Amino acid sequence: MTAVVSQRPKPSGFRISKRVLPYVLSLPALLVCIGILIPFLTSVVYSFQRYRLSQPWARQFNWGDNYISFFTDPKFWNTLKVSLLYAGTTVVLELLLGLAIALLLQKRSTLNNFISIMLLMPLMTAPALAALMWKLMTNPGFGVLSYLASLIGLQDFRWASSPSTALFTVVLVDIWVYTPFIMILLLAGLRSLPTQPFEAAALDGVPRSFVFFRITLPMLTPYILTATLFRLLDSIQQFDIIYAMTQGGPGDTLTVFQVEAYLNFFQSTNVGRSAALMIILWAITYFLSNIFIKNWLRLRERARGQA
Amino acid sequence: MEHTSLLERILRGAALTLVVIFFMFPIVWIFMMSFQTNETILRIPPQLIFEPTLANYTALITGKLITAAGTLDIAFMRNLWNSVFLSTTSVAVSLLLGVPAAYAFARHKFRGSEDIAFTLLSFKFAPALLVLLPLTLYFQKLGLANTYIGLIWVYQLICLPLILWIVRGYFEDIPADIEYAYRIGGHSWFATFRKIALPLAGPGIAAAGLLAFIFAWNNFVFALVLASADKQPVTVGALAFITSSGIQYGQISAAIVLSITPTLALALYAQRYLVEGLSLGAVKG
Repeated sequence: MTAVVSQRPKPSGFRISKRVLPYVLSLPALLVCIGILIPFLTSVVYSFQRYRLSQPWARQFNWGDNYISFFTDPKFWNTLKVSLLYAGTTVVLELLLGLAIALLLQKRSTLNNFISIMLLMPLMTAPALAALMWKLMTNPGFGVLSYLASLIGLQDFRWASSPSTALFTVVLVDIWVYTPFIMILLLAGLRSLPTQPFEAAALDGVPRSFVFFRITLPMLTPYILTATLFRLLDSIQQFDIIYAMTQGGPGDTLTVFQVEAYLNFFQSTNVGRSAALMIILWAITYFLSNIFIKNWLRLRERARGQA
Repeated sequence: MEHTSLLERILRGAALTLVVIFFMFPIVWIFMMSFQTNETILRIPPQLIFEPTLANYTALITGKLITAAGTLDIAFMRNLWNSVFLSTTSVAVSLLLGVPAAYAFARHKFRGSEDIAFTLLSFKFAPALLVLLPLTLYFQKLGLANTYIGLIWVYQLICLPLILWIVRGYFEDIPADIEYAYRIGGHSWFATFRKIALPLAGPGIAAAGLLAFIFAWNNFVFALVLASADKQPVTVGALAFITSSGIQYGQISAAIVLSITPTLALALYAQRYLVEGLSLGAVKG
């Protein structure tokens, strides 16, 4: 013991550095926090101002006007409606499809592992580029999907360029990109479930639908919840796919929150309205992510406890 | 053990085939389009058999598109280089800053550490434009608009939280006793970090770095808002490409193939790390 103590070079200097060290090490993280918080607070200030880039002289605080005017603004209600519709549709469909695929691939075999690796590819494709790929495939002139649609009797199916099918088309691209994400999470969950309950059920000759609804699904719930909230937070903020595909059009069919804020900022240069839109979206995601973080921390504790 | 009827096996096989077709078809189709001339692309019904040509790729790589109307300059190689440079540098900077910070968060509970961690996590889910739109105005004032440094700085918002959260989880899983033992042997804090903690968290760092690279490469909105043509990565460049070159569908397909190949290749090469990172980032932390 004495030898160890004497090996310490400078005890006093060491003690000071030990207290400071964590702060020094986490400084970058702190700086990023500040780097996020400053623009965030700026956005809050902007949202209470009448601020148009085209009329800088008329910039002044109008306090809640940006928010109050939303109540009577049909464009805002359209934004809210489309955003919720988009998020709801994509998450529900991706969850069902992802769960189905995960169940199909559950058994560990060379073929199943190979397929699950292949399914990573859409997820690794940049969403903006995925939208471009689908845009090429749904081109009315030569797109292969337009051709296939005409084969099954849908003559002149306009995909993203018709208001009635635009939402369907971007949801389809979203499903293509993000279903593998849910599939991977649920597959990891399915494969990590303890085997005893299933063996016991098989021994007792319990019907498989009963096993699925009473054993598999409840045990998988934490994974399903996590995947759902993760996707929900992402989906309600979708920008890349919709902007790359239609830029919010045709008309204002697909002006979800972020697209509408982007257009407000860069096209109508209405910074105040754009900031107010972002604050409302932030409030929605904050509410959702609080639910998520609480649930996630609990899961983490449980994972630690079992390990 | 498990008795599956023939009918069920057929149904399962059919379902899996449909799944594979749905998820693979767009990639295969765009890949095929990239080897076709505009003439064969525009033919109806679409052709499965055609004479492959490398003309689209040579046009992109040489930057010269020869059409009947004359020669057109394509800056796509520039976009590709921007993507490589921005993603690599951002991830390198993020790892340099983020791994020690993750270690501090995992090992030392200090005042405010949970607050910082919580802020980062909750803003990971905040809308990107909320932060980006005021930043564009700041960047114009600071002279950072349309510079690599400004972009790399902003890309830290993508990479750093990801690396912090995934790597922190790995550091927490290393028993502290191993490190104490090494410290008692008379080694410095830094030696312990380098010789014990870093190698043990190696797979986690690799997974986090890989994911951060893919997210940086695939990012669209940051560069759309903050970069103009000469600094744009492929995601934004490919979009501009469509409008500038009109109806050169073969080249657009080739550009998409070149843009998605790096992330797909990385994902296939290191899929084990990737799946681990994705599930950890989501479930465990």
